[in-house]
Amino acid sequence: MHILNTAKKFKIKVNPILLKHKILASLFFEPSTRTRFSFESAMERLGGSIISLAEAKSSSASKGESVSDSIKIVDKYCDVIAMRHSLEGSARLASEVSNNPILNGGDGANQHPTQTFLDLFSILETQKKLKGLNVALVGDLKYGRTTHSLAYALGMFGARLFFIAPPSLQMPSYVTHDLKKLKAKYSTHTEPERIMPKLDIFYATRIQKERFGDPMEYEKVKDAYIITNKLLTKVKKNFKILHPLPRVNEINYEVDNTPYAYYFEQANNGLFVREALLALVLGKV
Amino acid sequence: MRAYKVYAIKDGTVIDHIPDGQGMGIIDLLNLRQWNRTVTLGIGFHSKKHGKKDVIKIEDKELTPAEVNKIAIVAPTATMNIIRNHKIVKKFNVELPETLEGIVKCPNPACVTNHDPVATTRFFKENGKKIELRCAYCERYFKEHEIEVI
Repeated sequence: MHILNTAKKFKIKVNPILLKHKILASLFFEPSTRTRFSFESAMERLGGSIISLAEAKSSSASKGESVSDSIKIVDKYCDVIAMRHSLEGSARLASEVSNNPILNGGDGANQHPTQTFLDLFSILETQKKLKGLNVALVGDLKYGRTTHSLAYALGMFGARLFFIAPPSLQMPSYVTHDLKKLKAKYSTHTEPERIMPKLDIFYATRIQKERFGDPMEYEKVKDAYIITNKLLTKVKKNFKILHPLPRVNEINYEVDNTPYAYYFEQANNGLFVREALLALVLGKV
Repeated sequence: MRAYKVYAIKDGTVIDHIPDGQGMGIIDLLNLRQWNRTVTLGIGFHSKKHGKKDVIKIEDKELTPAEVNKIAIVAPTATMNIIRNHKIVKKFNVELPETLEGIVKCPNPACVTNHDPVATTRFFKENGKKIELRCAYCERYFKEHEIEVI
Protein backbone atom coordinates (compact mmCIF):
# COMPACT_ATOMS: atom_id res chain seq x y z
CA MET A 1 0.00 0.00 0.00
CA HIS A 2 2.92 2.32 0.68
CA ILE A 3 4.00 2.01 -2.95
CA LEU A 4 0.47 2.72 -4.19
CA ASN A 5 0.10 5.71 -1.86
CA THR A 6 3.44 7.10 -3.04
CA ALA A 7 2.36 6.62 -6.68
CA LYS A 8 -0.82 8.57 -5.93
CA LYS A 9 1.24 11.49 -4.62
CA PHE A 10 3.36 11.44 -7.80
CA LYS A 11 0.22 11.41 -9.94
CA ILE A 12 -0.93 14.60 -8.24
CA LYS A 13 2.45 16.33 -8.23
CA VAL A 14 5.87 15.29 -9.50
CA ASN A 15 9.18 16.57 -8.09
CA PRO A 16 11.41 17.25 -11.14
CA ILE A 17 14.69 17.26 -9.18
CA LEU A 18 14.07 14.40 -6.76
CA LEU A 19 16.45 11.96 -8.49
CA LYS A 20 18.95 14.51 -9.82
CA HIS A 21 22.43 12.98 -10.30
CA LYS A 22 21.00 9.46 -10.07
CA ILE A 23 21.43 7.07 -13.01
CA LEU A 24 19.04 4.31 -14.07
CA ALA A 25 20.44 1.43 -16.14
CA SER A 26 17.59 0.24 -18.33
CA LEU A 27 18.51 -3.34 -19.28
CA PHE A 28 15.81 -4.88 -21.43
CA PHE A 29 17.36 -8.03 -22.85
CA GLU A 30 13.90 -8.85 -24.22
CA PRO A 31 11.71 -6.48 -26.26
CA SER A 32 9.52 -4.08 -24.30
CA THR A 33 7.64 -0.91 -25.15
CA ARG A 34 5.44 0.26 -22.29
CA THR A 35 7.49 -1.08 -19.37
CA ARG A 36 10.77 0.25 -20.70
CA PHE A 37 9.41 3.63 -21.83
CA SER A 38 7.57 4.19 -18.56
CA PHE A 39 10.67 3.34 -16.48
CA GLU A 40 12.80 5.68 -18.59
CA SER A 41 10.18 8.43 -18.63
CA ALA A 42 9.70 8.10 -14.87
CA MET A 43 13.44 8.54 -14.29
CA GLU A 44 13.58 11.59 -16.60
CA ARG A 45 10.56 13.20 -14.96
CA LEU A 46 12.19 12.91 -11.55
CA GLY A 47 15.36 14.58 -12.82
CA GLY A 48 17.50 11.46 -13.14
CA SER A 49 19.35 10.19 -16.18
CA ILE A 50 19.42 6.91 -18.07
CA ILE A 51 21.88 4.51 -19.64
CA SER A 52 20.31 1.76 -21.68
CA LEU A 53 20.71 -0.97 -24.25
CA ALA A 54 19.81 0.28 -27.72
CA GLU A 55 18.38 -3.19 -28.34
CA ALA A 56 18.93 -6.63 -26.82
CA LYS A 57 20.80 -7.82 -29.90
CA SER A 58 23.45 -5.15 -29.38
CA SER A 59 24.35 -6.21 -25.84
CA SER A 60 27.13 -8.50 -24.66
CA ALA A 61 24.41 -10.94 -23.58
CA SER A 62 23.93 -11.69 -27.28
CA LYS A 63 27.63 -12.62 -27.34
CA GLY A 64 27.06 -15.18 -24.61
CA GLU A 65 27.70 -13.09 -21.49
CA SER A 66 25.89 -14.43 -18.42
CA VAL A 67 23.24 -12.44 -16.56
CA SER A 68 25.49 -12.21 -13.51
CA ASP A 69 28.46 -10.85 -15.49
CA SER A 70 26.30 -8.31 -17.33
CA ILE A 71 24.85 -7.04 -14.06
CA LYS A 72 28.21 -6.91 -12.23
CA ILE A 73 29.60 -4.66 -14.98
CA VAL A 74 26.62 -2.34 -15.40
CA ASP A 75 26.23 -2.12 -11.62
CA LYS A 76 29.34 0.06 -11.49
CA TYR A 77 27.87 2.64 -13.88
CA CYS A 78 24.51 3.33 -12.24
CA ASP A 79 22.48 3.72 -9.03
CA VAL A 80 19.51 1.50 -9.91
CA ILE A 81 18.76 -1.16 -12.55
CA ALA A 82 15.44 -1.94 -14.26
CA MET A 83 15.68 -5.17 -16.23
CA ARG A 84 13.78 -7.69 -18.31
CA HIS A 85 15.25 -11.06 -19.24
CA SER A 86 13.86 -14.27 -20.73
CA LEU A 87 15.33 -16.49 -17.99
CA GLU A 88 13.09 -17.12 -14.99
CA GLY A 89 14.65 -15.93 -11.75
CA SER A 90 17.10 -13.63 -13.58
CA ALA A 91 16.03 -10.57 -11.59
CA ARG A 92 16.51 -12.41 -8.28
CA LEU A 93 19.97 -13.54 -9.33
CA ALA A 94 20.76 -9.98 -10.45
CA SER A 95 19.71 -8.65 -7.03
CA GLU A 96 22.18 -11.05 -5.40
CA VAL A 97 25.19 -9.99 -7.47
CA SER A 98 24.38 -6.26 -7.61
CA ASN A 99 25.11 -3.63 -4.99
CA ASN A 100 22.30 -1.47 -6.37
CA PRO A 101 18.55 -2.06 -6.26
CA ILE A 102 17.07 -4.19 -9.08
CA LEU A 103 13.56 -3.60 -10.41
CA ASN A 104 12.13 -6.63 -12.23
CA GLY A 105 10.50 -5.65 -15.52
CA GLY A 106 9.64 -9.29 -16.30
CA ASP A 107 11.59 -12.55 -15.96
CA GLY A 108 10.47 -15.03 -18.60
CA ALA A 109 7.08 -16.56 -17.86
CA ASN A 110 7.60 -16.06 -14.12
CA GLN A 111 6.66 -12.62 -12.78
CA HIS A 112 6.04 -9.03 -13.83
CA PRO A 113 5.67 -7.32 -10.46
CA THR A 114 5.79 -3.64 -11.50
CA GLN A 115 2.88 -4.32 -13.87
CA THR A 116 1.01 -5.74 -10.90
CA PHE A 117 1.59 -2.56 -8.91
CA LEU A 118 0.13 -0.46 -11.71
CA ASP A 119 -2.77 -2.92 -12.07
CA LEU A 120 -3.46 -2.66 -8.33
CA PHE A 121 -3.12 1.12 -8.51
CA SER A 122 -5.70 1.24 -11.34
CA ILE A 123 -8.05 -1.09 -9.49
CA LEU A 124 -7.78 1.00 -6.32
CA GLU A 125 -8.30 4.18 -8.32
CA THR A 126 -11.50 2.91 -9.94
CA GLN A 127 -12.98 0.86 -7.07
CA LYS A 128 -11.70 2.88 -4.07
CA LYS A 129 -10.74 -0.39 -2.37
CA LEU A 130 -8.79 -3.61 -3.01
CA LYS A 131 -10.49 -5.91 -0.51
CA GLY A 132 -13.27 -8.30 -1.50
CA LEU A 133 -13.58 -7.42 -5.21
CA ASN A 134 -14.88 -9.77 -7.91
CA VAL A 135 -12.14 -9.92 -10.53
CA ALA A 136 -12.06 -11.93 -13.76
CA LEU A 137 -8.66 -12.73 -15.32
CA VAL A 138 -9.33 -13.59 -18.93
CA GLY A 139 -7.48 -15.00 -21.93
CA ASP A 140 -4.01 -16.52 -21.85
CA LEU A 141 -3.57 -17.35 -18.17
CA LYS A 142 -0.98 -20.06 -18.79
CA TYR A 143 1.75 -17.92 -20.31
CA GLY A 144 0.54 -14.48 -19.21
CA ARG A 145 2.95 -13.54 -16.40
CA THR A 146 0.93 -10.38 -15.61
CA THR A 147 -2.02 -12.54 -14.58
CA HIS A 148 0.19 -14.71 -12.34
CA SER A 149 1.53 -11.77 -10.35
CA LEU A 150 -1.87 -10.09 -10.19
CA ALA A 151 -3.61 -13.28 -9.01
CA TYR A 152 -1.14 -13.56 -6.10
CA ALA A 153 -1.61 -9.93 -5.14
CA LEU A 154 -5.41 -9.97 -5.37
CA GLY A 155 -5.46 -13.26 -3.47
CA MET A 156 -3.75 -11.48 -0.59
CA PHE A 157 -6.47 -8.80 -0.62
CA GLY A 158 -9.25 -11.38 -0.39
CA ALA A 159 -10.56 -10.95 -3.94
CA ARG A 160 -12.93 -13.50 -5.50
CA LEU A 161 -11.12 -14.55 -8.67
CA PHE A 162 -12.68 -15.93 -11.87
CA PHE A 163 -10.20 -17.51 -14.30
CA ILE A 164 -11.78 -17.44 -17.76
CA ALA A 165 -9.72 -19.23 -20.41
CA PRO A 166 -9.73 -22.17 -22.80
CA PRO A 167 -8.70 -25.32 -20.87
CA SER A 168 -5.31 -25.41 -22.61
CA LEU A 169 -4.50 -21.86 -21.41
CA GLN A 170 -5.86 -22.05 -17.84
CA MET A 171 -3.95 -20.79 -14.79
CA PRO A 172 -0.89 -23.02 -14.12
CA SER A 173 -1.01 -25.35 -11.13
CA TYR A 174 2.00 -23.67 -9.46
CA VAL A 175 -0.03 -20.45 -9.26
CA THR A 176 -3.22 -22.10 -7.99
CA HIS A 177 -1.05 -24.01 -5.49
CA ASP A 178 -0.01 -20.66 -3.99
CA LEU A 179 -3.55 -19.30 -4.12
CA LYS A 180 -4.75 -22.28 -2.07
CA LYS A 181 -2.08 -21.52 0.51
CA LEU A 182 -3.37 -17.94 0.67
CA LYS A 183 -6.90 -19.36 1.04
CA ALA A 184 -7.89 -17.29 -1.99
CA LYS A 185 -11.27 -18.00 -3.56
CA TYR A 186 -11.17 -18.79 -7.27
CA SER A 187 -13.00 -20.75 -9.93
CA THR A 188 -12.26 -21.64 -13.55
CA HIS A 189 -14.55 -20.95 -16.50
CA THR A 190 -14.42 -21.21 -20.27
CA GLU A 191 -16.91 -18.42 -21.10
CA PRO A 192 -17.45 -14.97 -19.57
CA GLU A 193 -21.18 -14.25 -20.27
CA ARG A 194 -22.80 -15.56 -17.10
CA ILE A 195 -20.21 -14.03 -14.79
CA MET A 196 -20.30 -10.50 -16.23
CA PRO A 197 -23.05 -9.09 -13.90
CA LYS A 198 -21.02 -10.07 -10.81
CA LEU A 199 -17.74 -8.46 -11.82
CA ASP A 200 -16.00 -5.32 -10.61
CA ILE A 201 -12.93 -5.80 -12.82
CA PHE A 202 -12.46 -7.63 -16.13
CA TYR A 203 -8.72 -8.10 -16.74
CA ALA A 204 -8.29 -9.07 -20.39
CA THR A 205 -5.13 -10.50 -21.94
CA ARG A 206 -4.18 -11.42 -25.47
CA ILE A 207 -4.60 -14.99 -26.67
CA GLN A 208 -1.63 -15.68 -28.85
CA LYS A 209 -2.23 -17.82 -31.88
CA GLU A 210 1.28 -19.27 -31.71
CA ARG A 211 0.50 -20.87 -28.32
CA PHE A 212 -1.83 -23.37 -30.02
CA GLY A 213 -0.37 -26.52 -31.54
CA ASP A 214 -3.51 -27.04 -33.59
CA PRO A 215 -4.75 -23.93 -35.50
CA MET A 216 -8.28 -25.37 -35.41
CA GLU A 217 -8.24 -25.15 -31.62
CA TYR A 218 -7.36 -21.45 -31.86
CA GLU A 219 -10.20 -20.82 -34.32
CA LYS A 220 -12.64 -22.45 -31.89
CA VAL A 221 -11.80 -20.24 -28.91
CA LYS A 222 -10.53 -16.93 -30.29
CA ASP A 223 -13.94 -15.20 -30.54
CA ALA A 224 -15.14 -16.34 -27.12
CA TYR A 225 -12.84 -13.82 -25.47
CA ILE A 226 -13.44 -10.72 -27.60
CA ILE A 227 -15.11 -7.96 -25.62
CA THR A 228 -17.83 -6.08 -27.47
CA ASN A 229 -20.49 -3.66 -26.23
CA LYS A 230 -22.99 -6.55 -26.40
CA LEU A 231 -21.09 -8.35 -23.64
CA LEU A 232 -21.35 -5.25 -21.43
CA THR A 233 -25.13 -4.84 -21.27
CA LYS A 234 -25.57 -6.29 -17.76
CA VAL A 235 -22.42 -5.10 -15.98
CA LYS A 236 -22.31 -3.19 -12.68
CA LYS A 237 -21.91 0.60 -12.66
CA ASN A 238 -18.44 0.44 -11.15
CA PHE A 239 -17.31 -2.22 -13.67
CA LYS A 240 -14.00 -1.53 -15.43
CA ILE A 241 -11.97 -3.30 -18.13
CA LEU A 242 -8.21 -3.47 -17.73
CA HIS A 243 -5.62 -4.88 -20.15
CA PRO A 244 -1.80 -4.92 -19.87
CA LEU A 245 -1.67 -4.05 -23.64
CA PRO A 246 -0.85 -4.41 -26.45
CA ARG A 247 -4.27 -5.58 -27.61
CA VAL A 248 -4.81 -7.21 -30.96
CA ASN A 249 -8.49 -7.95 -31.29
CA GLU A 250 -9.55 -9.02 -27.80
CA ILE A 251 -11.17 -5.63 -27.01
CA ASN A 252 -13.29 -4.27 -29.82
CA TYR A 253 -12.54 -0.60 -30.56
CA GLU A 254 -16.21 0.31 -29.89
CA VAL A 255 -15.57 -0.46 -26.20
CA ASP A 256 -13.00 2.37 -25.98
CA ASN A 257 -15.82 4.93 -25.84
CA THR A 258 -17.73 3.27 -22.98
CA PRO A 259 -17.27 4.32 -19.34
CA TYR A 260 -15.93 0.80 -18.68
CA ALA A 261 -12.72 1.16 -20.69
CA TYR A 262 -9.79 1.96 -18.38
CA TYR A 263 -6.81 0.33 -20.13
CA PHE A 264 -5.22 3.51 -21.49
CA GLU A 265 -5.44 5.22 -18.10
CA GLN A 266 -4.01 2.00 -16.64
CA ALA A 267 -1.00 2.19 -18.99
CA ASN A 268 -0.55 5.84 -18.00
CA ASN A 269 -0.52 4.81 -14.33
CA GLY A 270 2.58 2.76 -15.08
CA LEU A 271 4.50 6.01 -15.09
CA PHE A 272 3.48 7.06 -11.55
CA VAL A 273 3.99 3.60 -10.09
CA ARG A 274 7.48 3.38 -11.57
CA GLU A 275 8.29 6.92 -10.36
CA ALA A 276 7.28 5.74 -6.90
CA LEU A 277 9.36 2.56 -7.14
CA LEU A 278 12.47 4.41 -8.33
CA ALA A 279 12.16 7.04 -5.61
CA LEU A 280 11.52 4.44 -2.91
CA VAL A 281 14.37 2.08 -3.78
CA LEU A 282 16.75 5.05 -3.99
CA GLY A 283 15.61 6.18 -0.53
CA LYS A 284 14.31 9.55 -1.73
CA VAL A 285 10.80 9.36 -0.25
CA MET B 1 18.78 -62.98 14.96
CA ARG B 2 20.51 -59.62 14.46
CA ALA B 3 19.44 -57.62 11.42
CA TYR B 4 23.02 -56.82 10.51
CA LYS B 5 24.76 -59.71 8.79
CA VAL B 6 27.91 -57.72 8.04
CA TYR B 7 30.75 -56.99 10.38
CA ALA B 8 30.71 -54.07 12.79
CA ILE B 9 32.91 -51.03 12.16
CA LYS B 10 35.19 -49.33 14.66
CA ASP B 11 34.78 -45.74 13.43
CA GLY B 12 32.53 -44.28 10.77
CA THR B 13 28.87 -44.04 9.81
CA VAL B 14 26.07 -46.57 9.47
CA ILE B 15 23.17 -45.41 7.32
CA ASP B 16 20.22 -47.57 8.34
CA HIS B 17 16.57 -47.81 7.20
CA ILE B 18 17.35 -46.84 3.62
CA PRO B 19 14.27 -47.60 1.49
CA ASP B 20 14.63 -50.95 -0.28
CA GLY B 21 16.63 -50.53 -3.49
CA GLN B 22 17.96 -47.03 -2.77
CA GLY B 23 21.31 -48.13 -1.30
CA MET B 24 23.15 -48.32 -4.59
CA GLY B 25 21.95 -44.84 -5.50
CA ILE B 26 23.32 -43.44 -2.24
CA ILE B 27 26.70 -45.06 -2.91
CA ASP B 28 26.84 -43.12 -6.18
CA LEU B 29 25.31 -39.95 -4.75
CA LEU B 30 28.00 -39.72 -2.08
CA ASN B 31 30.70 -40.89 -4.50
CA LEU B 32 31.57 -43.69 -2.08
CA ARG B 33 33.19 -45.86 -4.75
CA GLN B 34 36.09 -43.40 -4.52
CA TRP B 35 36.33 -43.63 -0.68
CA ASN B 36 39.67 -45.17 0.15
CA ARG B 37 38.36 -47.23 3.11
CA THR B 38 35.85 -50.06 3.24
CA VAL B 39 32.23 -49.38 2.35
CA THR B 40 29.68 -52.16 2.92
CA LEU B 41 26.28 -52.20 1.23
CA GLY B 42 23.56 -54.51 2.48
CA ILE B 43 20.47 -54.93 0.33
CA GLY B 44 17.12 -56.39 1.29
CA PHE B 45 17.48 -56.64 5.08
CA HIS B 46 14.30 -57.35 6.99
CA SER B 47 12.66 -54.22 8.40
CA LYS B 48 9.74 -54.26 10.85
CA LYS B 49 8.49 -50.89 9.64
CA HIS B 50 9.12 -51.02 5.91
CA GLY B 51 9.33 -54.76 5.09
CA LYS B 52 12.76 -54.45 3.49
CA LYS B 53 15.58 -51.97 3.80
CA ASP B 54 19.12 -51.30 2.65
CA VAL B 55 22.03 -50.52 4.99
CA ILE B 56 25.37 -48.83 4.24
CA LYS B 57 28.43 -48.89 6.51
CA ILE B 58 31.24 -46.46 5.78
CA GLU B 59 34.52 -46.87 7.60
CA ASP B 60 36.32 -43.81 8.97
CA LYS B 61 33.90 -41.27 7.54
CA GLU B 62 31.37 -39.02 9.25
CA LEU B 63 29.06 -37.43 6.74
CA THR B 64 28.89 -33.67 6.24
CA PRO B 65 25.56 -31.83 6.71
CA ALA B 66 25.35 -31.39 2.91
CA GLU B 67 25.75 -35.15 2.40
CA VAL B 68 23.08 -35.86 5.03
CA ASN B 69 20.73 -33.43 3.25
CA LYS B 70 21.25 -35.28 -0.03
CA ILE B 71 20.29 -38.53 1.68
CA ALA B 72 17.17 -36.87 3.13
CA ILE B 73 15.94 -36.22 -0.41
CA VAL B 74 16.41 -39.73 -1.82
CA ALA B 75 15.96 -41.75 1.40
CA PRO B 76 13.74 -39.77 3.79
CA THR B 77 13.32 -42.74 6.19
CA ALA B 78 17.07 -43.24 6.69
CA THR B 79 18.69 -43.06 10.12
CA MET B 80 22.30 -42.08 10.72
CA ASN B 81 24.50 -43.76 13.30
CA ILE B 82 27.87 -42.21 14.04
CA ILE B 83 30.27 -44.84 15.35
CA ARG B 84 33.38 -44.03 17.36
CA ASN B 85 35.46 -46.78 18.91
CA HIS B 86 32.75 -49.41 18.22
CA LYS B 87 30.09 -47.38 20.04
CA ILE B 88 27.14 -45.43 18.62
CA VAL B 89 27.87 -41.89 19.82
CA LYS B 90 25.12 -40.19 17.82
CA LYS B 91 21.94 -41.47 16.20
CA PHE B 92 19.42 -39.35 14.31
CA ASN B 93 16.80 -39.45 11.59
CA VAL B 94 17.65 -37.57 8.42
CA GLU B 95 15.52 -34.49 8.01
CA LEU B 96 15.16 -32.21 5.04
CA PRO B 97 16.18 -28.67 6.06
CA GLU B 98 13.94 -25.69 5.27
CA THR B 99 16.44 -24.45 2.66
CA LEU B 100 18.61 -26.57 0.33
CA GLU B 101 21.59 -24.72 -1.14
CA GLY B 102 23.48 -26.11 -4.12
CA ILE B 103 22.46 -29.76 -3.84
CA VAL B 104 19.43 -29.96 -6.14
CA LYS B 105 19.29 -29.13 -9.86
CA CYS B 106 16.28 -27.09 -10.97
CA PRO B 107 14.22 -29.21 -13.42
CA ASN B 108 12.92 -26.05 -15.18
CA PRO B 109 15.07 -25.54 -18.32
CA ALA B 110 14.13 -21.83 -18.38
CA CYS B 111 15.38 -21.26 -14.81
CA VAL B 112 18.38 -18.93 -14.60
CA THR B 113 20.23 -21.45 -12.39
CA ASN B 114 20.57 -23.74 -15.43
CA HIS B 115 22.25 -21.02 -17.48
CA ASP B 116 24.37 -18.87 -15.20
CA PRO B 117 27.69 -20.23 -13.98
CA VAL B 118 27.67 -18.26 -10.69
CA ALA B 119 24.10 -19.19 -9.75
CA THR B 120 23.85 -21.66 -6.88
CA THR B 121 20.52 -23.44 -6.73
CA ARG B 122 18.36 -22.76 -3.70
CA PHE B 123 15.16 -24.60 -2.85
CA PHE B 124 12.65 -24.20 -0.05
CA LYS B 125 10.94 -27.17 1.53
CA GLU B 126 7.16 -27.13 1.32
CA ASN B 127 5.11 -28.26 4.29
CA GLY B 128 3.43 -31.60 3.84
CA LYS B 129 3.95 -35.33 4.14
CA LYS B 130 5.48 -35.77 0.70
CA ILE B 131 8.72 -34.17 -0.40
CA GLU B 132 8.05 -31.03 -2.41
CA LEU B 133 10.51 -28.24 -3.10
CA ARG B 134 10.19 -24.72 -4.47
CA CYS B 135 12.95 -23.09 -6.49
CA ALA B 136 13.93 -19.72 -5.01
CA TYR B 137 14.63 -18.35 -8.52
CA CYS B 138 11.96 -19.52 -10.99
CA GLU B 139 9.53 -20.06 -8.06
CA ARG B 140 8.18 -23.34 -9.47
CA TYR B 141 7.22 -26.31 -7.31
CA PHE B 142 8.70 -29.76 -7.87
CA LYS B 143 7.64 -33.13 -6.52
CA GLU B 144 9.97 -35.90 -5.36
CA HIS B 145 10.04 -37.78 -8.68
CA GLU B 146 11.12 -34.59 -10.53
CA ILE B 147 13.99 -33.74 -8.19
CA GLU B 148 17.54 -34.42 -9.30
CA VAL B 149 20.33 -34.26 -6.73
CA ILE B 150 23.55 -32.67 -8.02
